[in-house]
Amino acid sequence: MLEVKNLVVNYGAISALHGISLQVEQGDIVTLIGGNGAGKTTTLRAISGLLKPKSGEVIYHGQNITRLPAHKIVAAGLSHVPEGRMVFANLTVLENLKMGAYLQKDKAVVANEMDYVFSIFPRLKEREKQISGTLSGGEQQMLAIGRALMGKPKFLMLDEPSLGIAPLLVKTIFEKIGEINRERGITILLVEQNANLALEISRYGYVLETGKIILQDDSTALRQNPKVKSAYLGG
Amino acid sequence: MELFFQQLINGLALGAIYALIALGYTMVYGVLRFINFAHSDVLMLGAFAAYFLAPGIAKVLPPHSFASALLITILAAAICAIIGILIERLAYRPLRNRPKLTVLITAIGVSLFIEFTCQHKAVFRSETRRFPELLPINDYHFGGLVVNSNDIVVLVTTIILLAAMWFIVQHTKTGTAMRAVAFNMQAASLMGIDVNRIVSFTFGLGSALAAIAGILYAMKAPGIDPLMGIQPGLRAFIAAVLGGIGNLPGAALGGIVLGVVETFAGGIPGLSNYRDGIAFAMLIGILIFRPAGLLGKATVEKV
Ligand SMILES: Nc1ncnc2c1ncn2[C@@H]1O[C@H](COP(=O)(O)OP(=O)(O)O)[C@@H](O)[C@H]1O
Ligand SMILES: [Mg+2]
Repeated sequence: MLEVKNLVVNYGAISALHGISLQVEQGDIVTLIGGNGAGKTTTLRAISGLLKPKSGEVIYHGQNITRLPAHKIVAAGLSHVPEGRMVFANLTVLENLKMGAYLQKDKAVVANEMDYVFSIFPRLKEREKQISGTLSGGEQQMLAIGRALMGKPKFLMLDEPSLGIAPLLVKTIFEKIGEINRERGITILLVEQNANLALEISRYGYVLETGKIILQDDSTALRQNPKVKSAYLGG
Repeated sequence: MELFFQQLINGLALGAIYALIALGYTMVYGVLRFINFAHSDVLMLGAFAAYFLAPGIAKVLPPHSFASALLITILAAAICAIIGILIERLAYRPLRNRPKLTVLITAIGVSLFIEFTCQHKAVFRSETRRFPELLPINDYHFGGLVVNSNDIVVLVTTIILLAAMWFIVQHTKTGTAMRAVAFNMQAASLMGIDVNRIVSFTFGLGSALAAIAGILYAMKAPGIDPLMGIQPGLRAFIAAVLGGIGNLPGAALGGIVLGVVETFAGGIPGLSNYRDGIAFAMLIGILIFRPAGLLGKATVEKV
């Protein structure tokens, strides 16, 4: 469904990704783990069109989307929940969700998606009139995910959904990610520093280190891998 | 007491015009974080567009009629909307990711370019022209109070436009997208919002308001010339900062406050020459005691 080939991304003179390749099959949950500064965020931003790669290709459903602007990539069904959530803090919860459905012209479809988002995150329903900047970190993460779902994506990329969130909420959010994948058939590419959680929920994983993929395997195998164990799973 | 109300009405009418202009400054600032100095020249172009349209429209609609004034204003607003969109497209968009100072200097350049081009003898020339009477001018007497019909037109037009703006920005999808883009352009593009289209819309809307403000200003002024935008443009810029730059109700409030204060100050013997000084003194005072402006929120640095 998604194929990244030899992606190279530079920030000025600094090279952040030195040619990474990965694949995500339809219906899968694939994770990309790696330490701070490994290039995980850069990878997602290059896929979603927020960054222009120096070379390499991103193929989505057979279509080369490498040079498309971000808003056209969304239109193709690929949604990105960015690092740090980036909810529109000046807008209400409801307005944020409506922006997620910006490209959807059919009001009935929008209402339907809204019901679904509220069913998985009832907390958002309780706070629909609230200005989003006043939500807790966990609630903002729910909003960011809900907002992405409003666009009815076929492919969802999540950048560290566990970052800066209370452990109890992290658990809920990861359960919901699994649910979204199973119930909606949405393919997921999950970026995490929390390798434990990510390898538990995913089927396949890639390990990124300083801009290179150093390992890739089934998630169950990666969890047993001594290198992964010592570097990412705390021994 | 009568003098007080007289001055109040004059001040409100002047302030209403500042408010309309200030909205354009503040909207562009909200979305792109720079001051579009060419905005005051778009105002002037609006007045000139009406000046040149009036004789033509007079052939299809009776002059001084409401319908002809409305048509002239709408056409001038549309022309200026296109000019505003072109200015952004040609001058500012190529510099979108450059330091804001670069864009700011470019904006000053665009402003000077328009002013000097328009003063050229092949364009509008530098002389002052008499602005046509778009509507019949009457004085209405209420007791000792004299209200000029132009002031009523200015106030009613402004109220309608402010309400329309509020509706667009708060209650339409495009308006919500404007606020989303203003908060975080990249996040907005991840929603499928074409940021460039929203920026164009913002410039178009702001420029249309400037054109209408220019026409209203010209109706009250002795005449129009290529530099006529500088004075009201500067005041409106101060008004936008006064109200809290980036904040729409703030711009409207700032404009009205500035217009009223300026008018009252102008009515006090000895002070009338210090109108600009008073406007700047207010600006400095606000910047010291409420740096975010009257209605602005203390800015939280975006991470
Ligand atoms: N805007 C930027 N400008 C320059 N360097 C950057 C920028 N963003 C990230 N980097 C660098 O690129 C590398 C990868 O960063 P990032 O993709 O954010 O890593 P991760 O998400 O895995 O923590 C890091 O060395 C980081 O310092
Ligand atoms: Mg990151």
